Amino acid sequence: MIPAPFAYARPTTVDEALQAIAEGGEDVKVLAGGQSLIPVMRLRLAAPETVVDLGRVAELRGVREEDDAIVVGAMTTHADVLADPLIRQYAPLVAEATATVADRQVRHRGTFGGALVHADPAGDLPAVALALDAEFVIVGPGGRRTVGASEFFVDYLTTAVQEGELLVEVRLPKLAGSWGMHYEKFNRVAQAWSIVAVAAAVRREDGRIAEARIGLTNMGPTPLRARQVEEALAGAEATADAVAAASQHAAVGTDPSSDLNAQADYRQHLATVLTRRAVSTAAGL
Amino acid sequence: MTAVEERTGTTPGPEKEIGKARRRKEDARLITGKTTWTDNMVLPGMLHLAVVRSPVAHARITHVDVSAVREAPGVIAVFTGSDLAEEQGSLPCAWPVTPEMVNPGHPSIAVDQVNHVGEAVAVIVARSKTAAQDAVELADIDYEPLPVVLDMEEAVADGADLVHDHLESNTSYHFVFDAGEMGTGSDTDQAFADADVVVSRRLIQQRLIPAFMEPRSVVVQPQGDNYTMWSATQIPHILRVMAAMVTGIPEHKLRVVAPDVGGGFGGKLQVNPEEILCLLIARRLGKPVKWTETRSESLMTAHHGRDQIQYVDIAADREGNLKGLRVRLLADMGAYLRLITPGVPALGAFMYPGIYKFPAYRFECDGVFTNKVPTDAYRGAGRPEATFAIERIMDELAVELGMDPLELRRKNWINADEFPFTTVAGLAYDSGDYETATQQALELLGYDELRAEQQRRRESGDRVQLGIGISTFTEMCGLAPSRVLGSLSFGAGGWEHAAIRMLPTGKVEVVTGSTPHGQGHETAWSQLVADSLGVPFEDVEVLHGDTAISSRGLDTYGSRSLVVGGSAVVKAADKVIAKARKIAAHLLEASEDDLDFEAGKFSVRGTPGTGLGIQEIALAIFAAHNYPEGIEPSIDAEATFDPENFSFPHGTHLCAMEVDTETGFVKIRKYACVDDVGTIVNPLIVEGQVHGGLAQGIAQALYEEAVYDADGNLTTGTFVDYLVPSANDLPHFDTGNTVHSAPGNPIGAKGVGEAGCIASTPAVVNAALDAVRHLGVTDIRMPLTPERVWRAIHRGGDGGDRATAGSNAYGGAQTETTAGVSTDASSLGGDR
Repeated sequence: MIPAPFAYARPTTVDEALQAIAEGGEDVKVLAGGQSLIPVMRLRLAAPETVVDLGRVAELRGVREEDDAIVVGAMTTHADVLADPLIRQYAPLVAEATATVADRQVRHRGTFGGALVHADPAGDLPAVALALDAEFVIVGPGGRRTVGASEFFVDYLTTAVQEGELLVEVRLPKLAGSWGMHYEKFNRVAQAWSIVAVAAAVRREDGRIAEARIGLTNMGPTPLRARQVEEALAGAEATADAVAAASQHAAVGTDPSSDLNAQADYRQHLATVLTRRAVSTAAGL
Repeated sequence: MTAVEERTGTTPGPEKEIGKARRRKEDARLITGKTTWTDNMVLPGMLHLAVVRSPVAHARITHVDVSAVREAPGVIAVFTGSDLAEEQGSLPCAWPVTPEMVNPGHPSIAVDQVNHVGEAVAVIVARSKTAAQDAVELADIDYEPLPVVLDMEEAVADGADLVHDHLESNTSYHFVFDAGEMGTGSDTDQAFADADVVVSRRLIQQRLIPAFMEPRSVVVQPQGDNYTMWSATQIPHILRVMAAMVTGIPEHKLRVVAPDVGGGFGGKLQVNPEEILCLLIARRLGKPVKWTETRSESLMTAHHGRDQIQYVDIAADREGNLKGLRVRLLADMGAYLRLITPGVPALGAFMYPGIYKFPAYRFECDGVFTNKVPTDAYRGAGRPEATFAIERIMDELAVELGMDPLELRRKNWINADEFPFTTVAGLAYDSGDYETATQQALELLGYDELRAEQQRRRESGDRVQLGIGISTFTEMCGLAPSRVLGSLSFGAGGWEHAAIRMLPTGKVEVVTGSTPHGQGHETAWSQLVADSLGVPFEDVEVLHGDTAISSRGLDTYGSRSLVVGGSAVVKAADKVIAKARKIAAHLLEASEDDLDFEAGKFSVRGTPGTGLGIQEIALAIFAAHNYPEGIEPSIDAEATFDPENFSFPHGTHLCAMEVDTETGFVKIRKYACVDDVGTIVNPLIVEGQVHGGLAQGIAQALYEEAVYDADGNLTTGTFVDYLVPSANDLPHFDTGNTVHSAPGNPIGAKGVGEAGCIASTPAVVNAALDAVRHLGVTDIRMPLTPERVWRAIHRGGDGGDRATAGSNAYGGAQTETTAGVSTDASSLGGDR
């Protein structure tokens, strides 16, 4: 449980961080809250040449309002996200999901951006970001670019952030109108990763579901949108039967893994049940 | 509770310590960690060990090259199996359960063959722990794979691949207890032939990992031809004898110290390979060495528990009168026999009849070798397995007969007026009242209301169904009468030793041979001595764990400490009082017969105002200016207590379980238990032991399982996949006690360390089955993962095997990747 030797840089600005990454050699890892990186280094599953610690980059912390979005700094801790009034007001789904991440100690160190860039398919925040159509602001030697959530999650533990780049902030749209949200997480013990989870945001209008956005956690190498369910729900009556019928499509196009907690067919079954529950709760049914 | 105390009466003495819910005096240092954990030891010039471990389950070692390790910075030496082959001997197995038992021998470090993943193949000695660890990957070892033996039923089949190819089979022993042959019951085959109803089940006790909090750690300091070993062990006394025998270091040249030890659950009842390796290497180098395991090493290489397949047959008449019980076990030994590996299933042999009056009983057990880490003691050791089998099969029989499961039990259990009762297994149960404990438990649970709710949910087809599980239990505790252990071929006795030293200032040192590893001996023993000697609780200090201080002892396991070790303390206190009485008589110028001893003070009967405190006598005899002729100037005393019988705690545990039939998720709605553990010295400690035991027993039912993949890699190699529940995942416990004191020891205690762990597992499984039996479910394999429950409901069967891949968190860390096998460092994409 001792990591292999590595070089260590602790920049204080984004520019310094980019420089440290550029100079860090072949295999650079960026350390945010360290709640995933440190364990894999201790298990020697990762042995980076250089670790660039963002812990002192103050400009990456905090949540602010910017027109029709709220902007979450990549280094904002889960605990700070949970306590933030803007998140509570405009992105309660983020707060709800964050509250289920691991335990209090982990939430105190782990970061919003770190969890998203790590892109663990069993992690809770990627599916939430996907459901909310979050935008990811990435900086690198070539400047600054913004990537939509649907392009951000590329593969297992792989995102659109390229070598030499850094995720600096995440923009969450303030959802207009009357949105209900719910994160339905299924796991065996309280502190564990999701076996399957469903993030749902639902806009109701005149007794109907006007729009639904549904993100699936751990149903494939990346978080997924349950597009067929979304389509079936759009314009549907806000009834239990309609939601149940639509949710039957939740596993379409998914490719979950089989592991100790669940084999693929069971995960697909869970996806339909949890989608129904998530949407029902979000829709206030 | 001594005869002396019972004479107190006329004037109200000070408040009794026994029965007081004192907070544990050792907790502040244990909880904050500001204490002498072995890994906290730092000695001048100390070197650090790291162990290179086999990444394969079964293979010949064809090539070993550690030259690159030797060149690594900070490395002092590296030892391979062939370096130590001549002197390492075999790790001991102290329990040859049958004369024919086959023991292949257990090297501390593999020489030419590895038989389980994680077996030591080289040991690196370096100036720092990090230097040692960094060099592990530099060891170049080639393995020629051998067929891997994992499944017990396949392993005992004709023509099976062999774990040890120099043996004839994978069977280590065949142990039989037949009540008919022993004269304690009638003929079992006849009983089954004559029975109206026979129910048979194949039950699986999954493999468990003790998962103690403090990882194992060893420090050895050579000093001339003497050696001191500090180890995070439950058994410093046994370890000293065994390590001396294995290494040839004379016993009187070896001191073993168990400083504060952070839990064991049987997992530290062992002579570990690394303890022997530390001794051998310290002897070679003449330098102090330390080895502390990582959590990954702990899960992979510290011994595991349980892992049995139980074939259980029960016979009864139509009215539900039990006629016979037949149990056949396959017990997974793992690759080797460690200290009491073969004895664990055999220890259960006598407990399968539980609290019931069976006329006939037969038990058979095969110990089977597989390419897994050895099994050995784990909380309950044999008795949870027995209780699970009997309490599960009783429910199955009740279903078969269409009887209420409680009614079936009531009809067959031993009644309160039948104690002492000799069972079909030949054990003499000492005392108890199963009916009263059960009644109390039913009230605690709110049984009738929950049954009504269960009915409502069933009728309405609620997606969440409710079930109630019942388990009674008893266990043989207070290990153990030495003669009985002898008759079972155990390698040692079961007595315990204590000494009391009266210091000049009146303070008291109690030396116990029963070494704690978190149970609260210091508090409970202080309470015992405070009552016996009439001294303040705070004036008592309890010393333990160092063979140079506590020279005689047999340590802590099997719920024996209070029953046997505490009794030795009480006996020693009696001797102190007897010795002090002579001096008091002399100083008070009275006859010994005229002295009363009460609340720590001798007084002359009928002469108010006279008196001499035992603490004053301690000073007087230290000065020794004035004491009777013909006696030694000391009131210190020692005692060794050897129980004549086991003690038999019992209890009734009830679990109400909600099962989400859509997802298979099970949730304990309410849990109530009433245990009879005899006299309670400290209710807070008893409550804590019950809570911890319940957590561990429930964990077996719902969460924990050591899973190996088809190649013999431990898939559950981290706590991500070996699931230990937290307080968050467990319900509130409604607990109660009945008290029937044990007649076999002066305290009247029966033992509580394993109770919760034994009774809870079947209660939980029975509850889940009760919730979904109407849906056609007859069994669900432990642990009751949501997937298994869902499959059992919707696909039939017992839920089946789990996929053997680790969950993808941490990239699926398991022994394949944590055994020192090189992995692509960049295999984890992305950051953090």
